[in-house]
Amino acid sequence: MRRRAGEAAVVLAALVASAQAFAAPDAAALQRGEQVYARCAACHSIEGNRTGPQHCGLFGRRAGTAPGFAMYSQALRDTRIVWDARTLDHFVQDPMKAVPGTAMGYAGVKDSKERSELIAWLQEATQPGKTCRLSSRP
Amino acid sequence: MSPNLVIAPSRLFVARRRALSLSGAVLSAGAVALLGGRDAMAAGKKATAAELEGDVRILNSALGAELEAIAAYQVGAESGLLSAGVLPVAVQFQGHHKEHADALAATVKKLGGTPVAAKSKYAFPTDKLKNQNDVLRFAAGLEKGAISAYLGAVPLFTDRALSQVAASILGDEAMHWAVLRQVLGESPAVPSAFMS
Repeated sequence: MRRRAGEAAVVLAALVASAQAFAAPDAAALQRGEQVYARCAACHSIEGNRTGPQHCGLFGRRAGTAPGFAMYSQALRDTRIVWDARTLDHFVQDPMKAVPGTAMGYAGVKDSKERSELIAWLQEATQPGKTCRLSSRP
Repeated sequence: MSPNLVIAPSRLFVARRRALSLSGAVLSAGAVALLGGRDAMAAGKKATAAELEGDVRILNSALGAELEAIAAYQVGAESGLLSAGVLPVAVQFQGHHKEHADALAATVKKLGGTPVAAKSKYAFPTDKLKNQNDVLRFAAGLEKGAISAYLGAVPLFTDRALSQVAASILGDEAMHWAVLRQVLGESPAVPSAFMS
């Protein structure tokens, strides 16, 4: 009986840990993610292409294909990256190492927690038709 | 205006203009451009073509952002929303961005690259700019982004003289950001000891 209770506790703890891992980020984390995104504001916005491409519709999009943006490096166009949390995490950590020849001359967001919060916020803020409007203007 | 301001914006701007006019410790755009390419061309420090191309790409990204900032300040200046005290400072900041752009373009050329040109049209959120604070907050966001962008570029240059150029511009953009925050009444005007 005692052994069975112990096993149940272990399973419960695993379930809680798993749920926490997949739980939606809290508001404070999203706010910190938005603050990290402010570092990108010289070149990027969620809506509209600027020196860098728009981020609306980023998740699930193949790198180098943002509508209306024509200033991609050939290096990025040639990758077969599709943006998701994992590929973004790798790229944002060190863009010029991840894709040598990229036009994004930025050292990267080195702190993994900051990257995770940035990506969580981007997942919320870049949903076309829901949280942002996709533009086709250059 | 925020009641918490220690110095009224108009006085701050007058003081800043005076300080700038008296200061001799500034680099002209031409002098900054001359710094770039020095290491790359020095004997015994030959950068590879790929490394130089990398430097040019970073410079061109910065140039694109500077050209956009010039256009953004133009929108602000023509908005009719800036007071008589603020408008000259906005125009002065725009002038700095023009100098940055000139220096970056000259350096790109010097390294054998082709400087990016300004876009024929920029999409600014003009529908959200209803008063002076909206304009200044928009400008402050661009300046803060520029600080981060230069900070992220400084360690990447093969030519270390270009890092000096980027750091020099970064310092100017940081001053713009602090002044804009002060005028907006954001406290503290300089929010932390480090930028990221």
